[in-house]
Amino acid sequence: MSAAPKHVPTMAQAGLLDRLAPWMPVLLVPIIMLVGLAAIPSTSSWLTLTVSGLAMGMMIFIMASGMTLVFGLMDVINFGHGVFISVGAFVGVSVLLALGQMTAAPSLVLNLLAMLLAVIAATIATGALGWAFERVIVKPVYGAHLKQILVTMGGLIVVEQLIVVLWGPEEIYITRPEALKGAVTFAGAALEKYRLVAVGMGLALFLAMRYVLRSTKIGLIVRAGVENGEMVEALGYRLRLVFVGVFVAGSALAGLGGVMWGLYQEVITAHMGQQMMIMIFIVVIIGGLGSVEGCFIGALMVGLLQNYIAFLEPKAALISNIGLMVAILMWRPQGMIPVVKAK
Amino acid sequence: MLVKLLSGDLPRSKLLTAILVAILICLAFAPFLFPGIRSVDTAARICIFILLVASYDLVLGYTGIVSFAHTMFFGIGAYGVALACSHMERGFGALIVGTLSGAVVAALAAFLIGLFSLRVRAIFFAMITLAVASAVAVLVSQLSGLTGGEDGLNYKIPRELTPAFKFGGELLGVKLNGKLLNYYVVFFGALMLFLLLLRIVNSPFGRVLQAIRENDFRAEAVGYRVIAYRTGAACISAAIAALAGSLYAIWLRYVGPDTVLSFEIMVDILLMVVIGGMGTMYGAVIGATLFVVAQNYLQELMQVASGAVESVPLLPDLLSPDRWLMWLGILFILSVYFFPTGIVGRLRQDD
Amino acid sequence: MSDPMLRLEGVYTDIAQYHILQGVDLDVPRGGVTMLLGRNGVGKTTTLRTIMGHWRARAGKVMLDGQDITALPVPAIARTGVGFVPENMGIFSDLTVEENMVLAAVSGPIDQARLDWIFEAFPPLKTFWKNHAGNLSGGQKQMLSIARAMVEERRLYLIDEPTKGLAPAIISTMARALRDLKAQGASILLVEQNFSVAKALGDTCAVMDDGRVIWSGAMAELAGDAALQERLMGLSMEAHQ
Repeated sequence: MSAAPKHVPTMAQAGLLDRLAPWMPVLLVPIIMLVGLAAIPSTSSWLTLTVSGLAMGMMIFIMASGMTLVFGLMDVINFGHGVFISVGAFVGVSVLLALGQMTAAPSLVLNLLAMLLAVIAATIATGALGWAFERVIVKPVYGAHLKQILVTMGGLIVVEQLIVVLWGPEEIYITRPEALKGAVTFAGAALEKYRLVAVGMGLALFLAMRYVLRSTKIGLIVRAGVENGEMVEALGYRLRLVFVGVFVAGSALAGLGGVMWGLYQEVITAHMGQQMMIMIFIVVIIGGLGSVEGCFIGALMVGLLQNYIAFLEPKAALISNIGLMVAILMWRPQGMIPVVKAK
Repeated sequence: MLVKLLSGDLPRSKLLTAILVAILICLAFAPFLFPGIRSVDTAARICIFILLVASYDLVLGYTGIVSFAHTMFFGIGAYGVALACSHMERGFGALIVGTLSGAVVAALAAFLIGLFSLRVRAIFFAMITLAVASAVAVLVSQLSGLTGGEDGLNYKIPRELTPAFKFGGELLGVKLNGKLLNYYVVFFGALMLFLLLLRIVNSPFGRVLQAIRENDFRAEAVGYRVIAYRTGAACISAAIAALAGSLYAIWLRYVGPDTVLSFEIMVDILLMVVIGGMGTMYGAVIGATLFVVAQNYLQELMQVASGAVESVPLLPDLLSPDRWLMWLGILFILSVYFFPTGIVGRLRQDD
Repeated sequence: MSDPMLRLEGVYTDIAQYHILQGVDLDVPRGGVTMLLGRNGVGKTTTLRTIMGHWRARAGKVMLDGQDITALPVPAIARTGVGFVPENMGIFSDLTVEENMVLAAVSGPIDQARLDWIFEAFPPLKTFWKNHAGNLSGGQKQMLSIARAMVEERRLYLIDEPTKGLAPAIISTMARALRDLKAQGASILLVEQNFSVAKALGDTCAVMDDGRVIWSGAMAELAGDAALQERLMGLSMEAHQ
């Protein structure tokens, strides 16, 4: 009788690729940048495009992060999320227009103060609207995806129409505060000041959000709740309350993103949120529904790709995001960073 | 015979039956009952939207998945006919080629989207269809060389279907011309496809779809391949939406992004399905008829109401005919909460 | 005999259209382990989930320490002092062992003495304190799940099959930890299929069949009577090990 083959557990190093696999999503962002560098003939235009891509990505992240968490935590899919973007933009821009003297003054302090007031007004308004939206629209349809999609869509239509009633059907043009106009030159590339500010703000928000999620008890509850809400309740935490908090915070973030996006585009319409939803969906899908990190990486990828392609082949820019989504879903059907679900 | 034609799926309510018969008669004899360009045009739009909404109900109401690409499929059918008529010799050949290729392309697109999204989670389908449909809508308005861009396409359909073609004089005061024939192409096309849909939802295939909608885990456990059935439903629904689009293109002799691809139409379809009644083919008939009539005539009423309260602040704005979408939105939310089975469900309950 | 810690009176629970519990009467005395026994599918897990509030009783009453908790929301039930170790362990695999424990300590920071005691009972938790719980082995996850319940003093511990699918060495670790907990005077309701563990730990015992408690009494009485086991559970549990 031959000896049975010995099964010795080996601790051999896994192959390089295996060890890289968990990091792949993070690496994709620099990879896209490098491919962009290779494909775009001039380095200075590459730099300009990269900054605007990152700025766009950061803003999309701010708008999308709330939606992905709301989904992760309570399995609620909010098709009306985009309306917070529009409302935030209209409230914020109205404040900025009212503070015309502060924004037109060539003083950075006054400009930033006006921006701060606009952002505060926008986030308060959208946070409050988010709270009402959760109560009236979302709460009665927990656990029923089909109804959620329909009802939140209905909510989007109604609030969008209310914007038109309050602000009129015309688009509103807005110029950026004086100190944020123009560009700085770096390594031969013109980098718009506003975009640099947007990148900074997005990064700061991402890090803050990460800190809250990783290092505070409420963050622990949220992360645990995404995986297994029932157990979080069995430990004694009122998940519903946490969820309402996340919904309100997510709506406020969307409102903030709306102000930033409005100033980026320098024009706002009632439809802008609905138009952004397409980008947001792509980002949360490729990131992995419920994952904040995935959402961040996805947003940066979409922003960069959009800008590179728009430069190289303007007509293809529209479908580049769809192409990216298809490619990612073929690679990881649940998105780049799939969220563990206990159920 | 009638029962067989309806695949044994009767309205099951006296009032509903009466309304349906009335709608059928009105549509069948519309050119004679309501002569006039505008009213015949409204009737044709009702026929087409009944079909479009019914095909949407196949995925939404019967399969329980939400698609936001239904206007895209509708548009594919419409542009299929438009492109075929623009590039091929004038005649019925172009219509047939355009119609068939539109349906095939739409089914294929639905298949691909379903392949990517439905195997993960059914809600992916909603998001991905929304993303794809809006990308396509923008693409169509950008590729002006092929699609005519924002302006859309005007093209010639066979002469037999235009007002220029006359056969005989008048019947009951109505001119017998190609436009009349065109109307009946639309009417019978829509009617036949509607009966086909009725057959599909009452076939074993349709019953499996409903079982999946009720409980997909159980259906999977019993041995049905849920993804295959859902994708199949999405493909059939897309093909029929494309056929409705082709009929629309034949009727209008014009296609453009606003008329066949816009998101507003998608919203309209959603409203029609929900208000009429999800998961009941007859809901599409009620919903579409009510909606199209309201769209054409209710707005005038709102104009009057808005004028009447002119002195009150804000109210005139809220009642302005441009705001009718807002009221529909509210109605929509209320009906999802309180009458998820819509008007048809209500009527059946009362009986 | 003093008031029981937990008392179920005629509890009926439906899941979808199925009537799972059909009038459960059950007492868990203060201090000591009550075993909940019975074949698979008789409603043991549903009983625990009904006490916890995950399923709602259609009729009947759940009393904890004299307080009616039948209609309380799940978090409120937990905060009256119920530690729950569910059948699937309910580990948050995306969180570290430490974070799992921090979450379980609802009323404040973890008591160091209690933590030392837990580390002594379950040494792997100390080793992997900063590791993701998802990377633990099945036995270690079970340890974490019980440790989470133990991290604070609870009035009642509900533990669902802590030894299911574990190797004998780990089962004895579990049994030792539970004996430790019992020695502190805890009241425990334990679902267990492993009869030797049940025999060693149990003070009292309730046997379920068809959504009802069909027999209850001292564990020793059941353990010493093979014919009674045969009658209650359809087969001798001794032979089943």
